[in-house]
Amino acid sequence: MDRLSPRLEPVAGWGRRLGRRGRVARPERLGAPPPAERCLLARGLGRAYGDAAVPSSEAALVLETTRADRILGWDPHTGRLRCEAGLSVGEMLRLFLPRGWFPPVTPGTRHVTVGGCVACDVHGKNHHRDGSFGRFVERLTVLVADGRLVDCGPDLERELFLATVGGMGLTGLIVEATLRLRPVESPWMAVETEGVPDLAAMVAGLAASARQWPYTVGWIDCLARGRALGRGVLMRGRHATCAEAGTRAPAPRRPWRVPADAPEWLLSPLLMRGFNRMYHWTHGGRPRQRLVPHESFFYPLDAVGDWNRMYGRRGFLQYQCVVPRAAGPGALSRLLERLAAAGAASFLAVIKDCGPAGEAYLSFPLEGMTLALDLPYRGPATEALVHDLNAAVIEAGGRIYLAKDAVTRAADFEKMMPRLKEWQAVRDRWDPERRFRSAQSVRLLGDPE
Amino acid sequence: MRVAFVGATRGMGRALSRLMAERGEALCLLGRDAAELAASARDLEARGAAGPVQTAPLDLARPAGFEAALAAADEALGGIDTLVVTGGLLDPSEALQRDMARLEQLLHVNFTGTVVLCQLAAERLAARGGGRLCVFSSVAGDRPRRSNYLYGASKAGLSAFLEGLGHAYAERGVSVLCVKPGFVRTGLTEGLPVPPFAGEPEPVARTVLKALDAGRRVVYAPPVWRWIMLVIRLLPHAAMRRIRF
Ligand SMILES: Cc1cc2nc3c(=O)[nH]c(=O)nc-3n(C[C@H](O)[C@H](O)[C@H](O)COP(=O)(O)OP(=O)(O)OC[C@H]3O[C@@H](n4cnc5c(N)ncnc54)[C@H](O)[C@@H]3O)c2cc1C
Repeated sequence: MDRLSPRLEPVAGWGRRLGRRGRVARPERLGAPPPAERCLLARGLGRAYGDAAVPSSEAALVLETTRADRILGWDPHTGRLRCEAGLSVGEMLRLFLPRGWFPPVTPGTRHVTVGGCVACDVHGKNHHRDGSFGRFVERLTVLVADGRLVDCGPDLERELFLATVGGMGLTGLIVEATLRLRPVESPWMAVETEGVPDLAAMVAGLAASARQWPYTVGWIDCLARGRALGRGVLMRGRHATCAEAGTRAPAPRRPWRVPADAPEWLLSPLLMRGFNRMYHWTHGGRPRQRLVPHESFFYPLDAVGDWNRMYGRRGFLQYQCVVPRAAGPGALSRLLERLAAAGAASFLAVIKDCGPAGEAYLSFPLEGMTLALDLPYRGPATEALVHDLNAAVIEAGGRIYLAKDAVTRAADFEKMMPRLKEWQAVRDRWDPERRFRSAQSVRLLGDPE
Repeated sequence: MRVAFVGATRGMGRALSRLMAERGEALCLLGRDAAELAASARDLEARGAAGPVQTAPLDLARPAGFEAALAAADEALGGIDTLVVTGGLLDPSEALQRDMARLEQLLHVNFTGTVVLCQLAAERLAARGGGRLCVFSSVAGDRPRRSNYLYGASKAGLSAFLEGLGHAYAERGVSVLCVKPGFVRTGLTEGLPVPPFAGEPEPVARTVLKALDAGRRVVYAPPVWRWIMLVIRLLPHAAMRRIRF
């Protein structure tokens, strides 16, 4: 690692709440052990909404990986990519999509690092078919608490691997990763959208689409109540073939930026309702087929840089949970009802069905339905709503996504994670002193501050 | 272009070598740390550099090894036509005022080593009919400041040398580009207070590559530093002292 000269800087999650200062360093190399630091935290592009990438205290050394973004090996025949952990999905796309390769799993923004994708074991619109990011990882090199560089994978130091995938940076610093990209024929997506009148139709529509489409997702108007509860738009897509796409490349997008923090009235329930109605109206009706650039299918929000400022100075909370299929659509409608009852306007409510859970101990997805919401932060009432939603999730046998969590209580989290104990045992082995910790691990796992 | 590159593993050198790789130039990386060189070589290959990117050892503090390094690069590339040097040391005056060994090393690397390397390379290129040198000096060489006059002196000397070298070899087909970066956010400047008009490595690299293609002699990057330095060079001594710049 470079000689580190960290500076005290404010560090916040993407939701912009819960900022805290930390000693931030951005080394160009992650290889060698850092100086004897008591408290370390890895951070990529800071797209985790809550406090997963927020340091536990001002004494913590935050290692930002974004400058360590080299490609260390590329096999154009198999799509096997070895890279430093700070490589972003956006850069991966810029370099490899023109050659016909796509990230095997991508979250809804391309401004994330490979390290962040492994640490959160991110899922995408193809979870029902392909599982989460960790499934495509063959090797990780992890800088563990005692300063050693340890290689691990599904067939090597397997426990460390399963604890690091989805382990939120708490087992060590991911320095390098080897993963497999997916061959695609074009940068275009063949997409079909369809309006659906209620939750039952949404769930059925997702299930039906999942059989034929690699990518599916639903958008829910969460202000609709009563019989219209769960009404929204269903989207499904696949990579377009050469024949469909021709040879033209999509025009590059230039993101526009939100010039300042938005005023609070922009998020008033009335305006939100208007927005949601309009969205539903423009996308409603019979299925429509289109060819769209991959960016507008996968990364609609990236069209607006700094869009998190839309939520004003107070920021927002994201909430994402998954409930097992067995709990049925009833569990989902209870969640939506609570949300509607709280009048918590949301720009976005995204619903997706997940395939079988992976093997990583703290991985988020499990077979069932996941719901993601933006909740503008309105003080304690918003936190109370989260606890309320959590109760419903626990009852249904589901769990929340740590990349988005900022307020869940330790006791609730324990009830959600059946394999927490196993994970803790592995962490005890590799980091008994808890040198790697975050504001989130202090809150959820009782780490020292 | 067939480029021998000193300093491609990090910072502005990394950004510039990547731009070159992406447009298909052939590169040979020179430097001290074999593992780092190899990692950057693979990165540049994946980004489109022509042919395998080879590496050879070179330490700017040891001129004795320069001929061998240039010969190795010539061999790897089938003849260098461009030498880029971005490598160098940076320390604030305060640290150097007390540590003479470090001061000597900095002067040695930034001035002596770089000058000898460029001199050797210019002669090689000229003997072959011409070529280009692209060397990173600094705005700090334009006017001494209390906070980094020692570093600035090494760069002032380097800038003067590069200007003269350009004159001396112009007729033999060698052109010399002196790059004067302002404050750029890289691992090198990590931890320093960030002044206004700070730049990022990638836009800086674009500016430099454009200047290199255009055959310019001096380029400020980010470009705004040309105007800032114009003003600063014109400031009277008394004013320089008063603003504690
Ligand atoms: C608009 C938007 C859409 C999103 N959509 C999705 C989605 O569809 N699916 C999904 O799964 N997620 C989604 N996310 C969440 C996002 O994918 C994750 O938070 C991701 O981890 C962010 O990556 P990052 O590089 O910014 O990591 P950070 O936010 O910087 O860090 C996240 C966690 O990873 C750890 N970490 C980062 N780098 C390393 C490393 N090198 N070694 C060890 N630990 C490390 C950190 O310690 C922290 O715990 C979305 C986020 C946004 C903003």
